[in-house]
Amino acid sequence: MDVREGLLYTDDHEWLRVEGDTGVVGITAYAAEQLGDVVFVELPQVGRTLERAEAFGVVESVKAVSDLFAPVPGQVLEVNGELNAHPELIDSDPYGQGWIMRIRIADEGATTELKDAAAYRALIGA
Amino acid sequence: MRATALLERHRALGARMVEFAGWEMPLQYSGIVEEHRAVRGRAGVFDLSHMGELHVRGAEAGAALAYALVTDPPALAVRRAHYSMICAPDGGVIDDLIVYRLAADHFLVVANAGNAAVVADELRARLAGFDAALDDASLRTSLVAIQGPRAVGVLTPLTDVDLGALRYYAIAEGHVAGIPALVARTGYTGEDGFECFVDWEAGIPVFDALLAAGLPQGVIPAGLGARDTLRLEAGMPLYGNELGRDTTPFDAGLGRVVKLSKPGDFVGRAALAAAQERGRSKALVGLVVRGRGIARHGYPVFRAGSVEAVGSVTSGTQSPTLGEPIAMAYVPADATEAGTMLEIGIRESRVPAEVVPLPFYHRPA
Repeated sequence: MDVREGLLYTDDHEWLRVEGDTGVVGITAYAAEQLGDVVFVELPQVGRTLERAEAFGVVESVKAVSDLFAPVPGQVLEVNGELNAHPELIDSDPYGQGWIMRIRIADEGATTELKDAAAYRALIGA
Repeated sequence: MRATALLERHRALGARMVEFAGWEMPLQYSGIVEEHRAVRGRAGVFDLSHMGELHVRGAEAGAALAYALVTDPPALAVRRAHYSMICAPDGGVIDDLIVYRLAADHFLVVANAGNAAVVADELRARLAGFDAALDDASLRTSLVAIQGPRAVGVLTPLTDVDLGALRYYAIAEGHVAGIPALVARTGYTGEDGFECFVDWEAGIPVFDALLAAGLPQGVIPAGLGARDTLRLEAGMPLYGNELGRDTTPFDAGLGRVVKLSKPGDFVGRAALAAAQERGRSKALVGLVVRGRGIARHGYPVFRAGSVEAVGSVTSGTQSPTLGEPIAMAYVPADATEAGTMLEIGIRESRVPAEVVPLPFYHRPA
């Protein structure tokens, strides 16, 4: 299972790549595989302010609906509009072209509550 | 949780297993969309051994079933089948069924896995007083299906049943891969295909033989996930979604199944005759979502601009064949005309959806 070093992870299978005071958020390869065949992504409004662990969007496969949860508190700066036409990018490239949003991190301390790659691997038994 | 004879096969094939109606069943192997497309374009092999197989035998087996069910099984020719339902006295649907006539005095009733025990109990009670006996063979029968346009080509060299002479909704006794089998030309996918009833352990070699013979033709194993998207595109009801105790066959648009013209009384007759007389208050329709979002079971349906929900989605998914979100829903009887625009409540949004004729998918002629 593909778990990337250098990213931070939630127990709900989102990843966060910290870039200065902003962060890019997506879902892990494990989450994408569990969902299977992603066919729809509901993205948050740009400008929306999110609490930590607040549901900010939805990823749907043929079979299942799965909420997305903010890994850290912050404001949505940008969303990956490509996913509207090509939700399958989440399956094919979950850590790259399948990114979901960029947020301004409101509280850098909140990142300490996230897992590193080793801890996330342990969580999913990878 | 029960497991079919094929559990180890499913695991070896890398299936994701889920609990379904008390059974540990494969949800998917390679992926729902890939399996769905395989069945539409080539064929897929399914383990359906969780289904209930109830044999009814006796001189009055036909008469007993005519009393117990809403259809008229004595009208079936031997080796033919029909779609049927067992209803409660109030007309609510207890289960939908396939009834096969194997001999003048022998019928096979196939029930949904989740209802098999209830149907067996009901049938046993309703058979009392008739010269007919129920034999619940569910736990000693494996059911392996091959569905899709290449099913006939894959099965032909494996069986002594004359598939060319086996019509849709017909059944024949013979062999598959040398194993005694009942082979029926029935299914739940909207494609041509066959269902093979064999002894429990024989499910393994039959499943293996179909997959091995189909492999060069692109035939793959298919799970319950694809079975659900396939039947939904084909506009076929699923018990628990489109059908239930609070639904009559008329509500579901399946009033033609109820043979009010058959002789004699049957369970539910008075209530069903009244329901037909009364006309429908709700009706099952097909919907295509015209906005962004996928309708799912239980989502509310609104008239355009209405505050109160007027209906409810029973099944919904992204259609792998059509590439758009499809759903079935119960709506008021005056909102069933094709082209009617309704709205579906998807989380915080109202998303437009258009009433379309069912089924969503017709197999090419």
